Parts: sequence; C-alpha cells; structure tokens
Amino acid sequence: MDRRDFLKQTITIIAGAAIPASALEFVNPRTLFAAKGSDVKWVFLADTQKCVGCGFCVKACKLENEVPYDADVSRTWVERYVICKDGKMRVEGKMSNPGFGINADSPKAGRDGFTTPRIDIGEGKHVEIRDEDISKAFFVPKLCNQCDNPPCVQVCPVGATYKTGDGVVLVDRSWCIGCGYCIMGCPYGVRFFHPVYKVAEKCTFCYHRITKGMKTACVQSCPFGARQIGNLKDPNDPVTKTVMTGRVGILKSEYGTKPQVYYLALDREVR
Amino acid sequence: MIEVHGEVWTIKEFFTYPNEYIYWSIQIVMYPFMTGLVAGAFVLSSLYHVFGVKQLKNIARFSLVFSFALLPVAMMPLMLHLQQPMRGIHVMMTPHFTSAIAAFGIVFSTYGMIVASELWFVYRPHFVAMALELKGQNNRGIIDGFRYLLFSALTLGAYDVSEEALEKDEKAVGFLAGIGIPVACFLHGYAGFIFGSVKANALWMTPLMPVIFICSAVVSGIALCIITYIVVMEIRKILSRMKGKASGLPSFEELQSAEIEEVKLTSRYLVMFLIAAITLELLDLIFRGYTAVKSWDILREVIYQKDFYKIFVMQYGMGNLLPFILFKLPGLTVRRAALGACLMLFGVFMMRWNVVIGGQAFSSSFAGFMEYVLPIIPHNMETVKEGLVGALAVIITPYVLFYFINKVMPVFKYKGSH
Amino acid sequence: MSHVWRPLFVALALVAGIIIFRSFYVPKEFGVGEAGYMYGWHNPNNEQFWKDIKVKYKGSGYCKDCHTKNFTSILNTPHAIIPCENCHGPGTDHPDKITKLPIDIHRLLCLRCHAILKYPNSDRGKIRGIDPATHQDPNVECVTCHDPHNPTLGALKKTPQRFPVYEHEPAEAQGKGGAGK
Repeated sequence: MDRRDFLKQTITIIAGAAIPASALEFVNPRTLFAAKGSDVKWVFLADTQKCVGCGFCVKACKLENEVPYDADVSRTWVERYVICKDGKMRVEGKMSNPGFGINADSPKAGRDGFTTPRIDIGEGKHVEIRDEDISKAFFVPKLCNQCDNPPCVQVCPVGATYKTGDGVVLVDRSWCIGCGYCIMGCPYGVRFFHPVYKVAEKCTFCYHRITKGMKTACVQSCPFGARQIGNLKDPNDPVTKTVMTGRVGILKSEYGTKPQVYYLALDREVR
Repeated sequence: MIEVHGEVWTIKEFFTYPNEYIYWSIQIVMYPFMTGLVAGAFVLSSLYHVFGVKQLKNIARFSLVFSFALLPVAMMPLMLHLQQPMRGIHVMMTPHFTSAIAAFGIVFSTYGMIVASELWFVYRPHFVAMALELKGQNNRGIIDGFRYLLFSALTLGAYDVSEEALEKDEKAVGFLAGIGIPVACFLHGYAGFIFGSVKANALWMTPLMPVIFICSAVVSGIALCIITYIVVMEIRKILSRMKGKASGLPSFEELQSAEIEEVKLTSRYLVMFLIAAITLELLDLIFRGYTAVKSWDILREVIYQKDFYKIFVMQYGMGNLLPFILFKLPGLTVRRAALGACLMLFGVFMMRWNVVIGGQAFSSSFAGFMEYVLPIIPHNMETVKEGLVGALAVIITPYVLFYFINKVMPVFKYKGSH
Repeated sequence: MSHVWRPLFVALALVAGIIIFRSFYVPKEFGVGEAGYMYGWHNPNNEQFWKDIKVKYKGSGYCKDCHTKNFTSILNTPHAIIPCENCHGPGTDHPDKITKLPIDIHRLLCLRCHAILKYPNSDRGKIRGIDPATHQDPNVECVTCHDPHNPTLGALKKTPQRFPVYEHEPAEAQGKGGAGK
C-alpha cells in the first residue's frame, strides 16, 4: 500500500465514522456548523426582559403575512405572566379554582399591546391584580419554534408541510387537505386554519423577507430588540454568539422537538 | 368579521394559547365510532366463518352485509371534517407514512376489498341465479334490464355453481374472514394510534390507546348488530303474523326462539370484550394518577371536575355498568338485550367523545380549558358539517345503504350454503 | 384458472387504476427534500411561493430619502428606537399607489408602551407611563399635547393642538379588509 492509498483509506474511514456521529448529535447547535447542505440555519432569539408587551410585532406580523387582522388567530403572539406573592391564581366570583399558580393572558394575541393591568381570563371576564401582590411579571413573545424535529411535519399525511434546508417549516397551501393533524401535533399551539384559505397556517419566519436579507416583520417592528433572528451557521452572527455562549432556554424540551427559538431570561412559569 | 374555524363552538377559559380551538369536533368523534362499528360487525361475522361458531350463522351473514354498508360511512365523517374535502385523495396520492393518517387510504381500501370479496363469495350463487333468471325473461323493462346488467356484472363471469365450485367459495370465505380479522383490527387499532401517538396531547398519548380502541370497537360493533338484528327480526315476526303460515315464511315461534338464542350467544361475546375494554381504560387512568407527570394536574381537573359527569356517569355508569348488569342478570329477554345493547352503544360513543373532545378540553398551556358546544341549529356550512346535522347524517347513512345493499344481497330470504 | 381469483383481479385493476391516476395527478417534482422523508416530503416548487410573498413592512430606511427631516430629528429622542411603520403603517405601495399613509394617532397606540404597568421582570416597568383612566382627558389624543417625534416633556406643545382627526382610519382598523385577499 503506498502513501496515497493509505491517506485515501484513512479519510474514508474517518468520514464514515464522522457522518453517523454528526447525524446523532443534531441536538447540539455547535455541530451544525459542520453539517452539510445549506449554509444557512435560521434561529430566533427572544428576550423576555426586553419585551414590554407593546404588541407591535403581532400587528406587523398580521399585516405583513395577510392573516385577517380581526380574526382571533395569529402566527405570533405575546403572552403576559403575572405571578403573585402568595403563588395563587386570581379568579373572580365562584368558579372552581384549579389553582394553576399563574395569571396569564394574551388578549387578541397581544395585537393591541397590554394597556391595562387587568388579566383576561376568557369569555369576557377579567381579574385585577394589585401591584403590591405581584412577585414577578413579564411578557413572553411566542412564534413557531421551527423545531429540528417538527412533530407537525411528521404527522402530515400528505406531505403538505415540510422543513426547508435552512430550517424553516412551511405549509403548501395548494396541497394541504385541512385535516388538522398538524395543529393537534404541535405542543406550542402555533398552528391554526387560515380563515380565508382554509388550510393549515403558521409562522414562516417571514420566509419572503429572510431569504431577501431582511429581518422578519416582528423583529423589524420591535423597538426594544426583544426579538432577533439569526443564522446559526454564521459564527459572527450576534444571535449565534448569544445562543452559543449565553444562557438560553427553550420551550417544552420534554417533547423532544428541539425548538429553534431560544429565550433569554426564561422563567419556569412560562407555558 | 371573519370567523376562525372552531371559534363558534369553543368556549375558552383561563389561559389558552390564542390559536387554540376545538379543531377536532363531532365528526372526529364519529370517525372512530363508525370504524369501530365496521370492525366490530366484521369480527362478529368472522366468529362464525373462522371459528365455526355455528349458532351465529344467521347474524354472521347479516353482520357481514351490515359491515359493508358501514364501510363508506367510516369515511364520511372524515370528508365532512376536512377543510379541503376535495383534496382527500391526496392521502392516496402522496402518502407520508410517518403520519398515522397516511395509511388510512390503503388500509381502508384493502379492508373494503376484503369485505367485498367475501360478500362476493357468499352471494355468488345468488348473483348467478338472479342473472340467469333475468336472462330468461323475454320482455325486460328498464328496471329489470338494469338489474340484469347489474347481476351479470356482479357474477364477474363466473357462472359455475357446481358443488365443487361452491366448496371452493366456502374455503375462500374462510380465508378472507381469517385475514379480515387482523385487517379489521388494524383498521381500527390504528384509528387509536392516530390519537395515541399525538405526543402534544397529554390525554391521548398512551400506547394502550389502540388496544382500548379495538376492544371498545368490537363492543360497539356487536351491540349495533344485536340491535339491528332484533329490529329486523321483530319486523319479520310482525310480517309472519300478518301473512300467516301459508306465506312460506318461518313461523312466529320459530323466529322467536331463533332470535333469543342468537342474542344470548352474541351478548356473551359482547360482555367479554366490554370487560377487556374497561380493564384497559381503568389501567390507563390508574397509571396516570400514580405516575402523576406534569400534565396530571390539568388532566385530573378535566377528568374529575370538568368532565366528571360525562366520564363517570354517562360513559362508565350508564354506558358500561348498567348494561353489564342488564346482560348478566339471569333470564335475559330480547327486550332487555336490546336496551342493554343500546346503552352499550351509547357508552362507546361517550368514550369516543371523552377521548376526542376531552383531549381538547384543556389547553396545551396546562393553564386553561376549552369547552365544546355542539352546534345544534346550523347557521352556515361549517355548523352543518360539524354539528348535530352532520352527525345525524353519518348515523342514518348506513341504514339507507343497508336498504339498497339488501336489495342486491338479501340478508334473510336467501338460503345459501353459508 | 379457478373463478376464485376473480375478485383479486378486480382489486388489482383498481390498484392499477389508482397508480395510473396518481402518475398524472401528482406533480413530477414532488419528493424528498433536504430534511429527509420524515421532515422533507413535499413539492419543492412551494418554497418559491413563500419566497414570492410581497414585502409590506419596508423598514425605516425606506422612508429616509423623502422624509429626511422627520427621519433625522427623531434620532435624538427616546423614540428613535420606534420604526416609522409602527405608527405610520406598512409602506407597501407608498408612494406609488397609496399617496398618503394613514397615521395612527389613536391614544391606544401610545398606550401600548405608556400605559403604566409596574412589572418587575420586564423593561415595561422602566418606561414612563400614565394611568390611561386618569391622565388628562381620556378622550383626547396624546398628540394633542405630546409630539411623538420629540416626546420629551420639555417639548410639550405650548398650546394644545388637536390633530386634524382621523383623516384616514387608524391602521388598526385598516387591516380588516385589506388583509387576507
């Protein structure tokens, strides 16, 4: 065996051993740099400290992505969490109190911001929480997590929803049969039926914008920098730097979906 | 104001995500209920054809035909449920087999072909006889002309009704009934899998779901066959009384004794499967309470508070315990069996309801509830399809189909070898 | 051959029929994409559909050249962080088709940030806020006294000046029919 053959074989063996290892370790964002295919991998970073609940992101999203403005569905939304010092949930009147321990709402998906301290508990009812009772309170922006293992895609019976090479989950409006299985399969509740097209609808990370080098509508409209989008395969991207070196959280890791929306200052009470 | 799908029948309480509604409504309750009936009816007929339970001869042929009448109806709720019913065919065109629904088209049509083939073998002599009889007529009208064409086509050109040929038919029936059982169980068990595999839904996700679904499917299928059988026999009894002995029909007494025998035997299987179903369901409930994972707080709230009446009173009490007692008390009468079977059918329906609707009664946030209000009086297409009207349409259709199928494949008059 | 096989032939004919129909019906491109069969089974043509969606929010840079004065003056104020389109609406067809963008001067727009919420774990708690129920006349727009392009209290309007009210509908209402067409 001459040197050339030896080198060739060594490379083959190393490559052969490396591929399955990297395939298994898709979990770790760090290994993604080495992954083949697209050199873009979109991820999102949301800062729950910076979010002030103005709802400009939701407004921009709805108008940008033509989700009927007054329909009670939205690709992105903002949640408010108010946790009281006694750790109890506030309920008006004599309803059975399940005691979830949190007071949370997202009226109109947060489209018009949060302009009152009253918490919306559904069916037109509200509860008021006094400032002195609050132990912690904050806002959490939500959107599609563009999971690495999207359960919504796994359960689509016809191949009408799919993950692109750069990591965004899209829906084919011309092929979706509207069975709703993907809506059921998403633990984050990001999917819904589009009121006009009558097919599954979801956040696309503003695919038409990010592929043109723009930011998503929600990121662009956020005055506080609470929302950021970045390319995980670009080591100089500020979002990548934060995700790699900062302490970031994800939502509902127990489902094994490997969400790609990372959170700063995430709290255990966030649902 | 543009209406969002599901908004009209969903009441949201406390903290739910903005996009959450009851997306799977009454038709998805009907779907496993109807496939359950199909599978159950088929399994009942197979008890005779495969396991040679001779006493079930009469009801076997009946339940096979009825299972065939139910087949298209198992698909009906899905079509009424889909937002894009015209694209339903995509499931066959580009199946994505990682989805539990994708196999539906294939399993369903395989099963349909098995039932159709089995029926063909059972009724082949009848088709041949009819075709030959009509051929002999000189002046066929339009109707008889059509019937002639129909029966000729149904023979598939096989006019051999010799002893040998019929023996082969019988073997084929046994074979088809044999492979039909696993396929029927698969068809329905995997309806359970559709729910059981949704990891995002805390109530649905359990590996027991397919087995629970099969057991309750057989319960409902047998119950429906008993009810329908009793109804048909009662009608025949009235007819035989009216026409008297001269008509050549079986006498009132003959029918009477045949009926109660058949019902008694069938109800034994019914109770067996009921016990299996309940055992599994309770095992699931106990396990959830004992392991008490994150979702248990909200599940407990739904099971023991919100849906207590629907689960423990309507499903387990009225739908399971009461009919169990009715069947087990000594001296079973036809009337009591009919009542028991009706209650059982109701119990299985409530079980489907409590799984499908109950699984959506809480938010994925585990901090809020959703309630389904069945649209009774429809005000648009959506509330027709996914309301009381749509559900009733699904319930009535198999009987309409049975009426027409019975014209071609008579269940009672026909004295075939099977 | 025995007649027993005839139903099987019928079944096979049906299957063949479906397969033939399928070959016509399914787009040729339909197949497994980069994400594999589980996550990438789709018609790749659809990706272009999503790339081709029209951009509506153009970003403040789009306003700079024509509205230079406002664009630069706001930069030295606390409102420098607010993109123009948040209040003025998406610049979609402006100025080609829509000559004048509707300005949302509704009180609720300002309250998105300035309704006081003393939330300890959110920067909202640090924003100067008012109680909308008690601050001045709740029926008067904030812009009557405050200048959104220079919101510092030093720049309060000397004489309150009501805006030529709702020349257009507020952007909130505008989305109603405009979206989803």
